[in-house]
Amino acid sequence: MLKVRNLHARVAGREILRGIDLSMNHGEVHAIMGPNGSGKSTLARVLSGHPEYEVTEGEVLFEGENLLEMEPEERARAGVFMAFQYPVEIPGVNNAYFLKAALNTMRKHRGEEELDAMEFMTLVRDRMKQLDMDEALLSRPVNEGFSGGEKKRNEIFQMAVLEPKLGVLDETDSGLDIDALRVVAHGVNTMRNADRSFLVVTHYQRLLNYIVPDVVHVLTDGRIIRSGGKELALELEDKGYGWLEEPVGTSEA
Amino acid sequence: MTTSTETIEQLATREYKHGFYTDVEQETIPRGLSEDVVRMISAKKDEPEWLLEWRLQAYRVWLTMREPSWGNIKYGPIDYQNIIYYAAPKQKKTLSSLDEVDPEIRRTFEKLGISLEEQKILSGVAVDAVFDSVSVATTFKEKLAGLGIIFCSFSEAVQNHPALVRKYLGTVVPYSDNFFATLNSAVFSDGSFAYIPKGVRCPMELSTYFRINAKETGQFERTLIIAEEGSYVSYLEGCTAPMRDENQLHAAVVELVALDNATIKYSTVQNWYPGDKDGKGGIYNFVTKRGKCQGVNSKITWTQVETGSAITWKYPGCILQGDNSIGEFYSVATTNNWQQADTGTKMIHLGKNTKSTIVSKGISAGHGQNTYRGLVKIAKGAKRAHNYSQCDSLLIGDKCGAHTFPYLEIKNSTARVEHEASTSKIGEDQIFYCRQRGLSSEDAVNMIVSGFCREVFRQLPMEFAVEAQKLLSISLEGSVG
Repeated sequence: MLKVRNLHARVAGREILRGIDLSMNHGEVHAIMGPNGSGKSTLARVLSGHPEYEVTEGEVLFEGENLLEMEPEERARAGVFMAFQYPVEIPGVNNAYFLKAALNTMRKHRGEEELDAMEFMTLVRDRMKQLDMDEALLSRPVNEGFSGGEKKRNEIFQMAVLEPKLGVLDETDSGLDIDALRVVAHGVNTMRNADRSFLVVTHYQRLLNYIVPDVVHVLTDGRIIRSGGKELALELEDKGYGWLEEPVGTSEA
Repeated sequence: MTTSTETIEQLATREYKHGFYTDVEQETIPRGLSEDVVRMISAKKDEPEWLLEWRLQAYRVWLTMREPSWGNIKYGPIDYQNIIYYAAPKQKKTLSSLDEVDPEIRRTFEKLGISLEEQKILSGVAVDAVFDSVSVATTFKEKLAGLGIIFCSFSEAVQNHPALVRKYLGTVVPYSDNFFATLNSAVFSDGSFAYIPKGVRCPMELSTYFRINAKETGQFERTLIIAEEGSYVSYLEGCTAPMRDENQLHAAVVELVALDNATIKYSTVQNWYPGDKDGKGGIYNFVTKRGKCQGVNSKITWTQVETGSAITWKYPGCILQGDNSIGEFYSVATTNNWQQADTGTKMIHLGKNTKSTIVSKGISAGHGQNTYRGLVKIAKGAKRAHNYSQCDSLLIGDKCGAHTFPYLEIKNSTARVEHEASTSKIGEDQIFYCRQRGLSSEDAVNMIVSGFCREVFRQLPMEFAVEAQKLLSISLEGSVG
């Protein structure tokens, strides 16, 4: 479903991604791990089309389409969802109103009927229950005055309502306590199915105890230097990132 | 340039939708201003002697006055001798029903989406449509008359209710008040008059649509609303004007009087031609609006959504004379392209326990300059007066400006005055967040802006809030980056 080839990208003139190759199949969960400044979040933002990031080389195919040629909203409508690391506040805009506008834009794009207020609320209540969210959050302005944990949960809640094909989680676990982490993981796990894929960007292995990945990639200095199964994450937890950065074969020299 | 900046600029290049011209025969008088012109206007309207005298006094004071220059606005000199001070659509006789209205005028209203029939049937709004300077249609009069409510054109009020007009005219905005109000007092052509008798709650929103149509005709509306003891009225004023190259001067005066326990809500949506994207043309809007909370426990609320005009100079204020009276001002002002707005309010606390609330939202885009100017004055005798002011500015793009000038004059130590101000830029990250959820940049900006204005829109009557939101998005079209 997602093919990334030799992706190079920069922000503010500085090259961050230096040739990423990545291939994801339907229904897979891939984790991107790596030290601070390795380019993990950049990869997530480039995939979602953040205007500050400039792709200088390479290509990204999503369901066979050239993702890089699409505007951010087109990517979203095609089924790419990003759970933001720092969700922004939109004062005065009702959370439910915002989400309804987003959902109906996507439904329209897919040629489906727009939901009316009643149908929308039925859907939303169901998803809120799943994520153990307080209904009061619905009538508050988007992310305004939300705690860190509420913001992250709100991201997952939006994802659950919008039902994307690919969910990109950008350090969703950062700043979450263990209960919130469980709730977020539960939300993602409930959504896992044979068609839907997730790219989970994280600094810590902890989240991957709850969202068990099919593949783990280690990113340092803008390149994927190692890919493996879920054990790789445990190994990293154990040894840190340092041992991977030694070039392959040094131990023999 | 980022994608969103492009969008802002595309949005800003859209054209004014209400720019068309209606070809109706106009009856005008020669250009320029003199005592003769003042007499001519008064004579055409068959006014009583006292009113002519009042106009002439104003004219003589005006001759000694100078155009104010303290506003944070820039415009070329206005040639007051090159303005036509009176224009009326030619009519054969007094109209008894809407069917008799000039079909050309009717079509213009319909193009603007102000179908009188529709409004009559659907919204329960009594419409006193002012086309240029003379009222051409008035509806719902009978129903209102049954309650003793008078709602008519100013000219009719002068003919039919001279005692009321004479009692209250100039009591809130005296003819010597300021350059533009004084000019208006000398040459005002028409406007609306409403009188709500004691204890009556006006059952419908009173509404007037103003239009400036005759080429190069200054428009000098005059409105007077009186709410007797214990009465309530909500008044809506909405304006659109056709596209013009010449700058047009507009200097209106609105006076409100609220007696004991009376409430007046006055809401405005102003969408006059703002000029083109290069700053050519557009209406100069110099307005004096003031309400007097004369009685105890009275309340006046001004709500304005100012999206149009090349220049807006306007400070709807409240004189809080009665004890426990309340004044409120809720404002959204947008400036896009080369528009300039210097607007705010004056809250004058005279009575005890008087309370005022000011919520001002300024939105600047393009090269627009937006100034909030507000005065809170608490007189010596105004014990325990309370004011809360909140002034927020939103900037779209990096060529526009926002300015805030709050003035405080406090002469009583028991007063409580709070002021909050903020300036923010519409964030690229906010727009991106919305786009990542599938919304277009344009929808994102509209959503963010309407969120910013929510506190003000909430004050508007339902049908007006919808229109205001529409106007706001039209006026910001092509503005976002």
